[in-house]
Amino acid sequence: MTSQILQLVLGLLAMPAIVLAIILPGELAIRRFPQKRQSSLRPWIWLSPVLALVGLVIAYPLAASIVFSFRDATASKWVGFSNFVWAFGSAMRPVLFNNVLWIVVFPLLTAVLALSAAIMLDRVKYERIARTFLILPTAMSFVAGAVIWKMMYTYEPPMQPQTGTLNAIWTAITGRMPIAWLIDRSVNNYALIVVAVWMSIGVATLILSAGVKNMPRELVEAARIDGAGEWAIFRFVTLPSLWPTILVVLTTQAIFSLKVFDIVYVMTNGSFGTDVIANRMYTELFVKQNLGTASAIAVLLLILASPVIFMNIKQIKSGGGE
Amino acid sequence: MSAIESHRTMSAPMQSTSKLGTRLKGVALHTAVFLLCLVWFTPVLSLFVTTFRSESDSSRTGWWHAFIEWRPVLSNYVEAMYLTGVGRSVVNSIVLTVPTVLGTVLFSAIGAFTLARMRFRGRIALFLAMVGFQVLPPQLVLVPMLKFFLALGLTGTFIPVWIIEMGLTVPFGIFLLYGFFASIPSDLVEAARIDGASEPRIFLQIILPLSGAVLASLAILQFMIAWNHLLIPLIFLGSGSLSPLTVQVASLAQTNAGGLNTLTAATFISVIVPLVLIVTLQKYFVRGVLGGAVKG
Repeated sequence: MTSQILQLVLGLLAMPAIVLAIILPGELAIRRFPQKRQSSLRPWIWLSPVLALVGLVIAYPLAASIVFSFRDATASKWVGFSNFVWAFGSAMRPVLFNNVLWIVVFPLLTAVLALSAAIMLDRVKYERIARTFLILPTAMSFVAGAVIWKMMYTYEPPMQPQTGTLNAIWTAITGRMPIAWLIDRSVNNYALIVVAVWMSIGVATLILSAGVKNMPRELVEAARIDGAGEWAIFRFVTLPSLWPTILVVLTTQAIFSLKVFDIVYVMTNGSFGTDVIANRMYTELFVKQNLGTASAIAVLLLILASPVIFMNIKQIKSGGGE
Repeated sequence: MSAIESHRTMSAPMQSTSKLGTRLKGVALHTAVFLLCLVWFTPVLSLFVTTFRSESDSSRTGWWHAFIEWRPVLSNYVEAMYLTGVGRSVVNSIVLTVPTVLGTVLFSAIGAFTLARMRFRGRIALFLAMVGFQVLPPQLVLVPMLKFFLALGLTGTFIPVWIIEMGLTVPFGIFLLYGFFASIPSDLVEAARIDGASEPRIFLQIILPLSGAVLASLAILQFMIAWNHLLIPLIFLGSGSLSPLTVQVASLAQTNAGGLNTLTAATFISVIVPLVLIVTLQKYFVRGVLGGAVKG
């Protein structure tokens, strides 16, 4: 315990100390130069802590992962494309298919629910309170969400009293057999996706609510005066003007679907046909100790994420970056 | 003439039906919002209620039976804190999170200040790189960072986790602060410059004092990210004596050690801090989320 407290103190002191130790001597050193030279050197002194951090944690691993993905399990010799052949081979195919399911179902479900929530909340006076209910799950870890939903999905054999919320409701309403939500292969992937939706609606609703509030009211009023029904207003006014915001939500959730890990790790650990890329990478790295295949999976994630990366850059660029 | 008359007489009942329609729509709206909140809150409530139920009650009946026969026990919390190492994990989560938040805010602030207020070649390219880096899957950093920190002999300390958590969030932090720093009127900064204020002085005495709210937004977001992350601490701290709450709860959930009710108590302990933060500091959380969304 004392070691933890020592580390806490060390960390709290080190952060400002590192920044000061770079910027202050740097500022003193460039003071001797003429003004013009000073202002061309200064940005690099100020940026050096950030560049060191981002270089170490992002740029270097980016390059190194690509190199490792062409090397063997202990990164000791070149193996060509064999890690990638494995990554697209029959062992990985069901895993990749699960991620495709996540990428299609999760963003759509989240966007549709969050959009409905944003439009409904905009029309009630108690928006802030209702919004708080939707945000609560967002504040929790995915681990906590997974524990909660493992309880929600609890399965007891038929004729036993059902202690899981969903099976209690299901058996009471339909009178049918209880469902093993996390084991039954026809529902278990969707059951995991629902947990992610439950945890992601808060942020998605916040973003879409801001879009709804920024919508030109006159447009909606004009459509209403022209006799357009609620559906027509939604289809021809709300949806087109919110589209850029909806796209932000969809792409964010698609990226999340790519790297989803915690929920699967805690709830099923990938068994019963629920494995996903990120959990498989953890298995490759720690259970099988294979740096090559683990890196190939990481590079695969990067390739899949890159369209969104470039789309975001392009959007900021065209917006002038300000 | 008669057409107008008939229109007038017709309008009364028509108006009343449309009023009824509006009222029905209102009822439907409130019902839908209520149901949504109910469905979203029920899982949280089920966790909270279960933490106070005994193991034997939970194995026989669902959590809602607590409302029928209320027999609360505190043993789950006692067991979680003292027998399963959750008490120690609370300390570990704090040691992991607090320096991470401080470092993230500091590094993001100097990065955003430089990119937003200084003019130099490569400025735009660096800013766009930060935009791109935000979306990178964190899995990418695992293998190289593990090799790096193993070589330095720093695994089993909090240092790798601080550095990685900071590195993963700082690009977002720079993006979030950049917009705000760039919007600070140039007159203010120029006036100070003419008065002979140095850059560190401008940063510390003009920019930072104006930016309290946006810095708080970044701090609260990074607090939640670092407090709630599983993968990075799982790999760099393991599930031993240094494990933070997420790792500890995940390992309890997977091994089923200590029973379900102790697990729920441990889980509730792990979420209470972020829950209180998001309710009390919601304004800053919302600002951070909206400021950080890449707009079309």
